[in-house]
Amino acid sequence: MSFLQTLKIAWEGLTLNKVRSFLTTLGVIIGVAAVIAMLAVSAGAEAEVADQINALGANLIMIMPSFTRGGFGTRAGPPPSLHYPDLIKIEQNVTGINGISAEQNTTQNVRTETTTLTDIPVVGTTAGFIAVHEYTVAEGRFITNEDNDRANKVIVLGYDIAKELFGDQSPVGQTVKVGSVRLTVIGVMSEKGVVGNTDYDGRVYVPITLVFKKWVNDRFNRNALRVVYVSAQSKEVMDDVMAQLNKLVMQILDTTADSPGFTLMTQDSVITMRTAATETFRNLLAWVAGISLVVGGIGIMNIMLVSVTERTKEIGLRQAIGARPRDVQLQFLLEAVLLSLIGGLIGVIAGVSGSWLFNQFGSMRTEIVWSSIPLAFGAAALVGIFFGYYPATKAAQLDPIVALRHE
Amino acid sequence: MQNPSDNHLLIEIHDLTKVYGKGEVAVHALRGVDVMVERGEFVAVMGPSGSGKSTLMNILGCLDRPTSGRYLLDGEDVSKLDRDQLAGVRNKKIGFVFQSYNLLPRLTAIKNVMMPMLYNGYIRATDAERYARAADMLKAMGLSDRMHHKPNELSGGQQQRVAIARALINNPAIILADEPTGNLDTRSAQEIMALLKELNRGGVTIVMVTHELDIAEHAQRVIYLIDGQIVSDRTHASGIAHLHNGVINGKLHVEAEKER
Repeated sequence: MSFLQTLKIAWEGLTLNKVRSFLTTLGVIIGVAAVIAMLAVSAGAEAEVADQINALGANLIMIMPSFTRGGFGTRAGPPPSLHYPDLIKIEQNVTGINGISAEQNTTQNVRTETTTLTDIPVVGTTAGFIAVHEYTVAEGRFITNEDNDRANKVIVLGYDIAKELFGDQSPVGQTVKVGSVRLTVIGVMSEKGVVGNTDYDGRVYVPITLVFKKWVNDRFNRNALRVVYVSAQSKEVMDDVMAQLNKLVMQILDTTADSPGFTLMTQDSVITMRTAATETFRNLLAWVAGISLVVGGIGIMNIMLVSVTERTKEIGLRQAIGARPRDVQLQFLLEAVLLSLIGGLIGVIAGVSGSWLFNQFGSMRTEIVWSSIPLAFGAAALVGIFFGYYPATKAAQLDPIVALRHE
Repeated sequence: MQNPSDNHLLIEIHDLTKVYGKGEVAVHALRGVDVMVERGEFVAVMGPSGSGKSTLMNILGCLDRPTSGRYLLDGEDVSKLDRDQLAGVRNKKIGFVFQSYNLLPRLTAIKNVMMPMLYNGYIRATDAERYARAADMLKAMGLSDRMHHKPNELSGGQQQRVAIARALINNPAIILADEPTGNLDTRSAQEIMALLKELNRGGVTIVMVTHELDIAEHAQRVIYLIDGQIVSDRTHASGIAHLHNGVINGKLHVEAEKER
């Protein structure tokens, strides 16, 4: 019998009991949809991380406090950390850097006489911010070291904030109230848009020392800086800059090389680290998806065994009129493969459309990994062959006399 | 009849035995059976249950292999063939007619008739050719207006006629009918027997198992089996009436009645 004829017969076998066939494929549908959706979610998360990191300028070095040091009995008081004056020290003593910045954020209402904007992110930062973020000022000037040294009551507005508060008027020289503090507008940033999660245009920028003084006065940590960003002049000087930083920061923190109390990271190392994290996550999801495919396969095997028993008489008749064992085997194997492939197809549609809908209307970013479609589809076909083989072989080995007598 | 040569023998069985099981529990279903069937014969096989007639039919139909002995079908020794080869022989040379028709309930009459052609690898026919052939066959069975009905929309007699069309579709050397009228009322049974006789007159060789004398009377020759041996092989059924009745009444002395 030709392959096409067998395929036709297998299809007829499936349509015999449509509801049962559909329920049988459900396991494969869920498995395949899970593979595609999970890969889309983790690819989305990875893209998010990449965007956030790429939002920062190139050749960036991050000085991060390390929490491995400390614990009971090591040293009284807060862990060693950098403070605003240290930034100036670093800026003056390390060669080959474009700028250095740190951020301390808060959320405040921002007002003029006529307009109030609620819950606006206020970024306390330093002069180096624009070098680190590769950002430019559209009008006026950015915060200077002098502003920070004196904790000047000045503010730079994000592009959208300036538009919302002042319309087409120039805000420079005007006064806005942030929380209860009256600040003078010294500049407006150029338009940058949303990068990663950050809406650059919907924020305002003030001296970091002002944030510490007015809003985040943390006595215990003595206004410690969390992450310090250093922008190197070029890729070539990165290693040199890092060596200088390592030495200087240890000196500032009064620590030694075996427990420096900080780590230096580059964009590359952050990406590597985050990718490793999402990879672990993705492997876990792959296992979950794989297990549900196996469960789906067992469902197919189960139903195929039932089907072989139910159709014993049909098998006997087919053998009597000339079906060879391999004809019978192929017929039932194709039924199982068709079941799993149909499940795979529905699963692909469900996975892709589900991921897309989630990206459009949900809270999570997803990116469909197109290569996961043939992967999931192939896995479904393998499941069908693997779990269909035993029932099909069982059908093929039936004795025609016994099968014909079966009621 | 043709010239006396081996060629006119369609079935040649020599000293056929079939044993199920081993040792103490062994069941000797056939104990040395010899049968010759010529082309164009209509043979009825009778016997009480357990006499081995089903076993004989299974071996004749290439559904089972003998324990020993030789079976030549259409000049070919089929007693040593493997499962695949037997399937090929069944497809090309044998047409089965069953007591319970064995039509696939989900297929229409014509699709049921077409089925054996699908397993017929040596004919490279198109779907349209198969369809046309099956339609002709159903027409010959007087079912041209029932071709697209499913089995449950047909009467028993009609279903059996579809089954006969299916048995004939690959031009078999022989029709094996196992109690073909067992599930039918008297009138339908007579119709089916008339049909089989007509086919036989047209040259189709038929071997039929039955336990009813009046059905066996339609055949030209009746073989009677008891305990795995042929006890009577006559050219007409009337001669075995008392034998059959004796078996039914349980008064039979096998050895005394044994002829040949």
